Amino acid sequence: MSTPAPLIEMRGISKSFGAVKANEAVDLSVAPGEILGLLGENGAGKTTLMNVLFGAYAPDAGEILVQGRSVAINSSADALAAGIGMVHQHFHLAPRLSVLENLLIGIPGRSGRIDRAGGLARLAEIGRQHGLTLDPDLPVSALSVGEQQRLEIVKALFRGARLLILDEPTAVLAPTEVDGLFSALRSMAAQGLGIIFISHKLNEVRALTHRCVVLRHGRVAGRVDAPASTTSSEMARLMCGHEIVPPARGPSMPGAAVLTLDGISTSHHSGMALRDVSLSVRGGEILGIAGVSGNGQRALAEVISGVRAPDAGKMTIAGKTVSRFSPSTVQALGLGRIPEDRMTTGLVTNLPLADSMVLPRIGTAAFSRNGLIKPDAIRAFAEAQIKAYDIRCPGPMTRAGALSGGNLQKALLARELAFDPKVLIVSQPTRGLDIGAARFIHEKFLDMRAKGCSIIVIGEDLEELLMLSDRIAVMYEGRIVGTLDSADASIARLGLMMTGAEGHA
Amino acid sequence: MFRLEARTSTPAWFNLALPLLAIGATLILCSGLIALAGAGVVEAYGVMFSASLGDSYAITETLVRAAPMIFTGLAVAVAFRAKFWNIGAEGQLLAGAVASCAVGAIPMPGPLAMLLMALAGAAAGAAVALIPATLRVKFRVDDVVSSLLLNSVFFYALMALIEGPWKDSFSGYPISPPIEDTANFPVLLEGTRLHLGVVAALVAAPVIWFVVARTTLGFRIRVTGENPEAARYGGINVERVLISTALLSGALAGLAGVGEVGGVHFQVMSDISPGYGYSGIVVAMLARLNPLGVVPAAIFLAAVMTGAEAMSRATGVPAFLSDVIQGTALLAMLAALLFTAYRIRRVGATK
Amino acid sequence: MSVVLEQIFQVGFLAAIIRIATPLAFATLGEMFSERAGVLNLGIEGIMLLSAMTGFTAASLSGSLWLGVLAAVLTGALMGAVHALFTVALGLSQHVCGIGVTLFSSGLAYFLYRLIFGQQSVPPNIKGFETLPIPILSDIPVLGPAVFNQFSLVYMAMLAIPLAAFVLYRTPWGLAVRMVGENPRAADSAGVSVIATRFQAVILGGALMGLAGAFLSMAQFNAFTFGVVSGRGWVAIALVVFGRWDPWRSAGAALLFAFVDALQLRMQASGLGHIPYEAFLMLPFIFTIVAMAVMSRNAVAPSALLKPFRREER
Repeated sequence: MSTPAPLIEMRGISKSFGAVKANEAVDLSVAPGEILGLLGENGAGKTTLMNVLFGAYAPDAGEILVQGRSVAINSSADALAAGIGMVHQHFHLAPRLSVLENLLIGIPGRSGRIDRAGGLARLAEIGRQHGLTLDPDLPVSALSVGEQQRLEIVKALFRGARLLILDEPTAVLAPTEVDGLFSALRSMAAQGLGIIFISHKLNEVRALTHRCVVLRHGRVAGRVDAPASTTSSEMARLMCGHEIVPPARGPSMPGAAVLTLDGISTSHHSGMALRDVSLSVRGGEILGIAGVSGNGQRALAEVISGVRAPDAGKMTIAGKTVSRFSPSTVQALGLGRIPEDRMTTGLVTNLPLADSMVLPRIGTAAFSRNGLIKPDAIRAFAEAQIKAYDIRCPGPMTRAGALSGGNLQKALLARELAFDPKVLIVSQPTRGLDIGAARFIHEKFLDMRAKGCSIIVIGEDLEELLMLSDRIAVMYEGRIVGTLDSADASIARLGLMMTGAEGHA
Repeated sequence: MFRLEARTSTPAWFNLALPLLAIGATLILCSGLIALAGAGVVEAYGVMFSASLGDSYAITETLVRAAPMIFTGLAVAVAFRAKFWNIGAEGQLLAGAVASCAVGAIPMPGPLAMLLMALAGAAAGAAVALIPATLRVKFRVDDVVSSLLLNSVFFYALMALIEGPWKDSFSGYPISPPIEDTANFPVLLEGTRLHLGVVAALVAAPVIWFVVARTTLGFRIRVTGENPEAARYGGINVERVLISTALLSGALAGLAGVGEVGGVHFQVMSDISPGYGYSGIVVAMLARLNPLGVVPAAIFLAAVMTGAEAMSRATGVPAFLSDVIQGTALLAMLAALLFTAYRIRRVGATK
Repeated sequence: MSVVLEQIFQVGFLAAIIRIATPLAFATLGEMFSERAGVLNLGIEGIMLLSAMTGFTAASLSGSLWLGVLAAVLTGALMGAVHALFTVALGLSQHVCGIGVTLFSSGLAYFLYRLIFGQQSVPPNIKGFETLPIPILSDIPVLGPAVFNQFSLVYMAMLAIPLAAFVLYRTPWGLAVRMVGENPRAADSAGVSVIATRFQAVILGGALMGLAGAFLSMAQFNAFTFGVVSGRGWVAIALVVFGRWDPWRSAGAALLFAFVDALQLRMQASGLGHIPYEAFLMLPFIFTIVAMAVMSRNAVAPSALLKPFRREER
């Protein structure tokens, strides 16, 4: 392959956040027409590197060259002017504004007015060129997740991007949608655009990219020139620095059903509603819940945690029917929960860590009496858990927000496991954690399983679900379309079910 | 080049240093206005100080003025801890004043009258605060706006009362009939106006500190204020916490009115509160929402108010300077709070 | 009932509604721009008061009403900038900063007024704006004299509403304002400066609040008193919610409030029984609270309202 002049070149990029070196001396280049894979575990520094390229972070050292010329990219406006577009993991869209308005933001108008006609023409042209069509007057809130992603890509092209960065674009898509995205990306590359595809999913990188750069602990751990003919395990070794050995999982010895949902339905309150969901988890069993994000997982977690009352159906925990849905009642019945969003629904970042660690049980005799709290007991409890779970922090009175993600997750786990829950519901337990922390969390789950606890793991990472679960249920549009024993499950089969195809239990 | 860097913790001495920094900045900024009015800055501030804190009588006068602001400051501090944006302490104070005045006008033994006045005033204030809290919980009405509008409602309600049914038929002035002499709060120091209500205010601060720091209600208030979602998921009934906070906050603001009726004015008139409810916000912020800090913060504002009147008489600088000082102090304190979240770091130019 | 109806269709009553609605319309539009950009401005009450004072003073000293209006607008814009400095640049609590701006502005207004005019038993007044009948249009029966025989500032308010709608919905700047109020990160990644856009919107909002203040002291009362604003700023904040952050609806809300206020004034004048007039003064505020209770369930505030924006966050 002849090497044309690179579209973009990053040389010796370093970036630190406090003591954390997110990127160290990273070199990377993309040629026109090339799809570059940027591979790495969570926390390896992929997103930081791309945020440097897009002008969100200023690098501590290094330079960026656009078509051979060194440029300073200090803001997203600079990046856009240099022909760099980015599709973020969390979309940068305003849901209540229309598609066209989201496209035209930041575009100069015509004689003082928004250039609607020009915008429509450009949108139609991009549609013709790359097969990316959208209804310009629909509010973004009416688009599916896949369409919103399409809008983000169109937005970049609209601004004349010649290099497109996509940060984990497949995490929110169903497998069939992934195929559509890949063919669009290939067509763009064929027309001379450069693409950086960020992922930690090896099969995707092998299927799509021409070349790939692997990051580990912020440094380039290796470069792969022919991803399609490189084995996944070779790439995994580059990513992790060693072979991935899944934690040992004891034999399945499930007991009686501990948590049962029978015909649970919810109203269309916010997000996807549940429709006639029935499931049961037995003691000593891990049930995985797979599905493309936004198919009712959040509502399911909310019902089980008692935050949302269902319109119909019955839930029992350890043989007792839940009559009044509230977090305190289900907690009293023995439910523990690790939320998807640690910062918003789990912890109180501005208060001492100890406060967060006793939050669900402040009213119990362990931490209060006659309406008075026991500060010493709270402190002692927090100190004991910090020690037991090796939570790295100066002490129990540290502001919770000052802890790293992995340590926060450990703190949440400690808080829930300290009281031997009968059922544990967890969402995205290892998202954003480094490998060591993720491994620790997985081992804890398996320990709990061995002790007879029932665990429900809601996740998007199918490999993680397959590794942990005894059975996996798949959600689609608020229903459970099927449940598989994990021995019978495979990524391909689960992927098919995630598009709504019925599975066989 | 300088850069702001996030802090992970703040040293304890900040609690004292930041308000002092804010007050210092305020006095420097406001000295410009004194100069503009053609007076000597040192002289003007000197008069302010000696008239408010210079001798024991002045100190008692300042304490008498501080009492209502201790109560409204506590009311705001408790409410803001839960992020219940009670800007309505002014209206709650007026309601407390009216209720206690009505009770105090009924002949009965003194101690009983005082107790009932306090209860009635606290209940009235709590009832008024319940309105924005209920509107927020049940109808999702912004509590800031509703509590602000209620201040106007209760001000006009009070005016209608003293212009109408309560109007002094003898003098014809819009003043309510006085409370019974036996209901007047006892004066603690002969020859001063230092009354029982001032002591009540000084006792209330540590009591409220205890409630916030050491009770489960206080725990729930803090957690709900900092992160209502985490509180809800943690099994706390957020709505109930907001209502409880409103009742506590309103009762405290109502007590501010009780003290003014029982200890200072012995009746209700249109200017019974020169904005003590709003001053409570300044007090609470200067105290960093710490109930114990409310006492010195309220004494500072009271000293400014008492001192400003004397300064005006002596130098001709309008006494409204005290209002400017209040507003400036609030803004300066907010700016100073940045130091709790960030530290300023010198960063060398990029190599 | 028929007496009430008769009153409503009197020219004087209609004209009163329009007059009362004018400062509210300016203030509401000002608050709306600020909130659309994601910044609640509780400084509005104080900004209106201080602008009313500077406008009155400038007009009184210079003898030019329009110079007074200019002074009021500049005062409003300046105080808007102060609020933006604290809430946008420094990212401090919008609630508390707004209260701070109101306390500071009101205090400064009282202080400067007393300094300039001293203590007088009869407050000084000026010859305020006079009505300016618009040829032909003012000859339309009933509507003409009520709507088209007004102060020039009233006509400015009438023009300000469609202009605000045009700016907000049809210009790139208006789109940027809406975007930074909905999703500042999206605006930022599209190369729009969130800080600058918010500053501009809050300053424009302050200028409009300044116009509201100018109207009060130079057209409605022709004098500055400490009660010249008396809660109109707080009402404007409620009207923005009631008007669902839309210029047309907000203006409609201002008219509705003005109707209740005008009705209340008529009831005072009619001397219903022996009810003190202050009892009627409560009515518009109670009406506003009730209206908010009815409307708030469906009102959706800009998503990023109250949320400060910082760039390098991690």
